[in-house]
Amino acid sequence: MNKHVSPKMNRRAFVIGAATAGAGLAIGLDLPFGGPAVVRAADGSPEVNAWVVVRPDDTVVIRIARSEMGQGSLTGLAQLVAEELECDWTKVTTEYPTPGQSVARKRVWGDFSTGGSRGIRSSQDYVRKGGATARVMLIEAAANEWKVPASECTVAKGVITHKASGKTTTYGKVAEAAAKLTPPADVKLKDPKDWTIAGKGLLRLDTADKTTGKMLYGIDVKLPGMLNAAIKDCPVFGGKLKSYDEAKIAGMKGVKKVVKVGDTAVAVVADTWWHAKTALDALPIVWDEGENAKVSSESIAKWLAEGLDDSQPAYVGNKNGDVKAAIAGAAKKVEAVYNYPYQNHATMEPMNATALYTADKCEVWCGTQNGEAAFAATLEASGLPADKCDVHKVMPGGGFGRRGQTDYVRQAVLIAKEMPGTPIKLVWSREEDMAHGRYHPITQCKMTGAFDANNNLVGLHYRLSGQSILFSLRPEALQNGMDPAAFQGVAQSGEAAFGYSVPNLLVEHAMRNPHVPPGFWRGVNVNHNAIYMECFMDELAHSVGQDPLEFRRKLMGNHPKHLAVLNAVAEKIGWTTPAPKGVYRGIAQVMGYGSYVAGAAEISVTDNSKIKVHRIVASTDPGYVVNPAQVERQIAGSFVYGLSALFYGGCTVKDGKIEQTNFDTYNSMRINEMPKVESVMVPSGGFWGGVGEPTIGVAAPAVLNAYFAATGKRIRSVPLRDQNITFA
Amino acid sequence: MANLTINGKALTLDVEPDTPLLWAIRENAGLTGTKYGCGIAQCGACTVHMDSVATRSCGISVAEAEGKTITTIEGLASGDALHKVQKAWIAQDVPQCGYCQSGMIMAVAALLNEKPKPTDADIDEAITNICRCGTFQQVREAIHTIASA
Repeated sequence: MNKHVSPKMNRRAFVIGAATAGAGLAIGLDLPFGGPAVVRAADGSPEVNAWVVVRPDDTVVIRIARSEMGQGSLTGLAQLVAEELECDWTKVTTEYPTPGQSVARKRVWGDFSTGGSRGIRSSQDYVRKGGATARVMLIEAAANEWKVPASECTVAKGVITHKASGKTTTYGKVAEAAAKLTPPADVKLKDPKDWTIAGKGLLRLDTADKTTGKMLYGIDVKLPGMLNAAIKDCPVFGGKLKSYDEAKIAGMKGVKKVVKVGDTAVAVVADTWWHAKTALDALPIVWDEGENAKVSSESIAKWLAEGLDDSQPAYVGNKNGDVKAAIAGAAKKVEAVYNYPYQNHATMEPMNATALYTADKCEVWCGTQNGEAAFAATLEASGLPADKCDVHKVMPGGGFGRRGQTDYVRQAVLIAKEMPGTPIKLVWSREEDMAHGRYHPITQCKMTGAFDANNNLVGLHYRLSGQSILFSLRPEALQNGMDPAAFQGVAQSGEAAFGYSVPNLLVEHAMRNPHVPPGFWRGVNVNHNAIYMECFMDELAHSVGQDPLEFRRKLMGNHPKHLAVLNAVAEKIGWTTPAPKGVYRGIAQVMGYGSYVAGAAEISVTDNSKIKVHRIVASTDPGYVVNPAQVERQIAGSFVYGLSALFYGGCTVKDGKIEQTNFDTYNSMRINEMPKVESVMVPSGGFWGGVGEPTIGVAAPAVLNAYFAATGKRIRSVPLRDQNITFA
Repeated sequence: MANLTINGKALTLDVEPDTPLLWAIRENAGLTGTKYGCGIAQCGACTVHMDSVATRSCGISVAEAEGKTITTIEGLASGDALHKVQKAWIAQDVPQCGYCQSGMIMAVAALLNEKPKPTDADIDEAITNICRCGTFQQVREAIHTIASA
């Protein structure tokens, strides 16, 4: 019944790897290498290096390889480059290199992938070096012109000065000469304590067009002669397209062509998308739904529940001591089973891509979180080589992990291939988007805590059962079959390490992969692991009559950074002072994406079923904060995303299909339900963590633990929608 | 054919009368600032003003919109002078991905037109747009800033 998804070959790794054989120079710094051939931007301005173009009018164009999707890292990365470059921030603009350009230059811009809260933390080192290297070269060019030592020159806001002679010049004037110089072998980066552009809550660089309707999203792309396509893929994952009756829609207005897309989907191409969608809805389609049509939420739940049993095989992710002996010898034992459902990313802009295919070229315009993956999908679907393809990134209307996948790019290219020379814009309906997500993985978790006679927690058994994202999307990253990412937040060490010391610990995962395709859903495995662990910590504390904060603190002596954010939140919300009458508090902490986060909520509950969230406090230690205003927005947004999932999210399966079709059955929080989030940033330095995702993990358990404080009832199943609990 | 007045211009568009106003605006009038989010008047991304009232354009037909004055996000500014909501949105860095913000801004502009100094309760009642990035805190603060100016 529940079919395992077959691991696929990683096409992206293959295509990009093949295209970049022989690469290996320092990212972004291997050009221009002092040769006579200055590399030029499209407008003819010289590249000082791949990250920095300076125009004659002193405008500095900073190249950004990672994708902006609302999280603000385009601005943050530009701040880091500008900081080292010492340019005038008011003259900074940004530009996306295309993945085709990058591959043609041996991946000079490095990794394009923008997921895992890596946008800044994984590229900060080389983009800062890009800025610093350019600064050194620009100063050297001025010094050469003046025939003075570069060491006697200083720079501020893009103006270079030689104090002794009183000479000054600007970056724009010396960029051409700088581009011909040999880059310095090594540059020293600034101590973040000395930052003046980075570290500040500067306004984003991309806001104005978002207020006037001018910002170009994928769905807005217009090309001469373009046609529009609407698509339906087999609603049962793994099923196929059997047949469709094209004659039935032949006379419908605007319809140009009906295209079979791969083995599983059919698209209608028309003059407008509305005509395409209208005709597609009228098209009789017969699906070969296959065996997966027998799968339901109930059958999946049953299968996962079986995985909670110790007799079933499981991968061990974190272990010390002998938990089974500790539980067997416990003075007191506490046990609970939790579950977390599928979730759709529900980006505000449904999936879409525009493709233009000709016999010797294929170009794609789309919002994507991974330009190189979209590029690889374009190569694969078009059958054309890397030098005949390119992808033009436009603003995505939300990503949240969904746009790291390239299914919609592949579809657009396959349709365009059927109509060479005609640009095709493929736009999914919201219903298609709900039916064909890459869903937050479904899991259950059984936890057992063991206490000694003095109410000390001496054993903890954490047994997950459920889906692995890597098994489906990155099987090459499995370790002897184990999905290491399944243990995010409860891992032994690393960027998502468990924050408690328990003498006997066993964390394991019984991998069970239903047919519903999983994906990297903002926060990913941290989300459910944090709910399970932090709600269970609360249960353990209450079971021995201890304060949930104090109970945690006793287990966190070896985890000072985890503890520091927890303490920051406790202090800010006033944990040790009474809450207002009728208001109850909950608290949670977790580590994910290299950052330490904690959250606390104050709520009131009416009739055990109406929750009002009065106050949220959140703390984060991401090591360094590049733009505090944007970090604050990511923290607040994480609560909106996490609490929307807690209250309203949850995709259920019937007859092998997702039941929710739109925002009427898959609701999302509105402004009236969301209190102000008070964020406390405690960057401790020495490491670089991400901020877009980790806080989502603490949103739900903070509220669920407050719900228990208010009602004495423990909720172990998400979403609250299914338990008739909603916002007041 | 439908005769629509959009952003002060009288347009004759080649659309069937039952075409949702949203798609006539986007595909026939070519104004793509108004966004498609759900098609069932749930999310508010397609909000325009129809006779000054915030209206979800995916949920009404062009036939219903004929004879009405329609303003889209592109028509909110007066020439080069941005509307006060647009200015506040820029000054306070409200948008994240920005996809919902055309609709959000149109909804807020209509609210402020009706209630220049809205309370939090007024905001809660009038602004029901979905924002998946979660900009609600900045939206609320920006509305209060405009109201107190």
